[in-house]
Amino acid sequence: MLKQILYSKRLAPYIFILPFLITLAVFWVVPLGRSFVMSTQEVLYGQATFIGLDNYERLWRDSIFWKALYNSIRYMVLTIVLLVPIPLVLAAIVNSRIGSPRLKGFFKASMFVPALTSVVVAGIVFRLIFAESGSAMMNQVADFFGFGPVRWLREDLTGLTALLALALWRWAGVNMMYFIAGMQAIPSEYYEAAAMDGASKFRQFIHITVPNLKPTIVYVVTISVYGGLAMFLESFMLYAGNNSPNNQGLTVVGYLYRKGIEENNLGFASAVGVVLLVIVMAINITYLLASGTFKKEEV
Amino acid sequence: MATQQPTAAPVLRPSPPDRDDRSRRTSRSEGLSPGAAAWVQAGFLVLIAAISLVPLVAIFVGTFQDGNEVIRRGMTFDVDLGGLSLDNYVLLFTDSGPYFRWFANTFLLTVVQVVGTLLVSSFVAYGFAMYDFKGKTLGFIMVLLVMTVPFEMLMLPLYVQVNDMGLADTYTVIVLPFLASAVTIFFFRQYFLGIPKELLEAGRVDGVTEFGIFFRIVLPITKPAMAAMAILNGMITWNNFLWPLLVLRSPEKFTLPIGLNTLLTPYGNNYELLIIGAFFSLIPILILFLAFQRFFIQGMTAGAVKG
Repeated sequence: MLKQILYSKRLAPYIFILPFLITLAVFWVVPLGRSFVMSTQEVLYGQATFIGLDNYERLWRDSIFWKALYNSIRYMVLTIVLLVPIPLVLAAIVNSRIGSPRLKGFFKASMFVPALTSVVVAGIVFRLIFAESGSAMMNQVADFFGFGPVRWLREDLTGLTALLALALWRWAGVNMMYFIAGMQAIPSEYYEAAAMDGASKFRQFIHITVPNLKPTIVYVVTISVYGGLAMFLESFMLYAGNNSPNNQGLTVVGYLYRKGIEENNLGFASAVGVVLLVIVMAINITYLLASGTFKKEEV
Repeated sequence: MATQQPTAAPVLRPSPPDRDDRSRRTSRSEGLSPGAAAWVQAGFLVLIAAISLVPLVAIFVGTFQDGNEVIRRGMTFDVDLGGLSLDNYVLLFTDSGPYFRWFANTFLLTVVQVVGTLLVSSFVAYGFAMYDFKGKTLGFIMVLLVMTVPFEMLMLPLYVQVNDMGLADTYTVIVLPFLASAVTIFFFRQYFLGIPKELLEAGRVDGVTEFGIFFRIVLPITKPAMAAMAILNGMITWNNFLWPLLVLRSPEKFTLPIGLNTLLTPYGNNYELLIIGAFFSLIPILILFLAFQRFFIQGMTAGAVKG
């Protein structure tokens, strides 16, 4: 009997994928299912009462939730605006034929290292770089340009600047690597033909590099969408906790953390989570459809 | 789809040297001679690299400064060289309280997580890569969905779930949900797709079981993929903050990120330890990075193999 199972080509694949199926069921489907249920309940001291869509209604009228959603979307859009073009241009420079390979290797390593830091360490360092005192690094930079000192983390837009600087520092190198890998797959004949026609390097970049990198760009944008909407820890570390002046650093996940973990209001927090999940899944399925995963994938 | 094998091709390939006259002619036609262009490029790259390294250099310099002073005034370009000392190092190695306990905890957790994740995830990936079976497409779409949904979406329900299961404050619950890691499964599947099926048939002819083929024939030839995924998962676990923050309660179980975060509280006098502790938490990863840069880059850009 056991022998039959061990040699069965029909059963084997199911046994191979079983750990994934169990993980999916126990740690994804069941919790998320309960999350939907809890979002229709008032959960207090372990007592759950069904209250229909009241949590969603409260959420709809909750100005702090809208602020958090606005902050998350703003951060997501701005990280995409920064973290696609800048790494793309850097990748093009590294990938050009001129220059020393050793220097480029050093450059790539220097850009990549920030991604190895934990959000805790990165947050601590950036909090200290963007400190309020006149002698803190960013205020020295501000002074050099003739303004400041700035109380970076007290004001909305300057706090956002610090957050974006942190994101740019940590992820520009990784995105650059994606683009370099994509560029190396573009046949060099394309560029040679364009050069023969007298196209400048800039026009080659716009008309050959960018269109041919479209799949990579779409991928990087997609992970930036998820990462941006789910951002929480960067803000949590930068503001040394989940509270920032006027909630300027509060994100949707931060609000979910506040309601669910800090205030133990599980029903309401679940509703926040469900709304966020619906947004992310809508984007996710759109992406999978657009990239043809459902059609082409011969799995 | 492209079944690019993510094995040998090093990402850090030196750029090809000028191969023909045509490319030289074009750069000349843009006004800068190739030599000058190379210098401009070099200057630019050095400048950007330097900016990128500033925060790391700052934290390194910070290990020699008075911690309370750094916290109060922030990190500065205007370092008082006379004020540098090894006091923090002395403190770290003589009187750092639980710091090395956190270090050891994190190390243990990372080793267990990496070994477990590599085994379980490659096992699952083999099923997806080597067999045709009913429900395979649906199953793999599930992998893709899990891979892209950020953990932050799951944290609250999962937290409630493990509390009910009585698993809060255990390492088991930190490790278990991530053994079948979607990214790792995805990466291994790509790798296995590049392995000739004849190898499996040869094993079957020799009377090896389906699982024996995986463990004895296929696993030994997946070392490059193992290396990339060991690095990726090792780094994720070493730096993991959110999930341990939710589930760990007992201070003696704290990991490095959790412990460092507790040093941020304004109570007590921990700032000397904060900077040097943060710096030392980076060292294992930096050493591994210098030794295995290629695998880091392969691992961390694993999602894009699909192209």
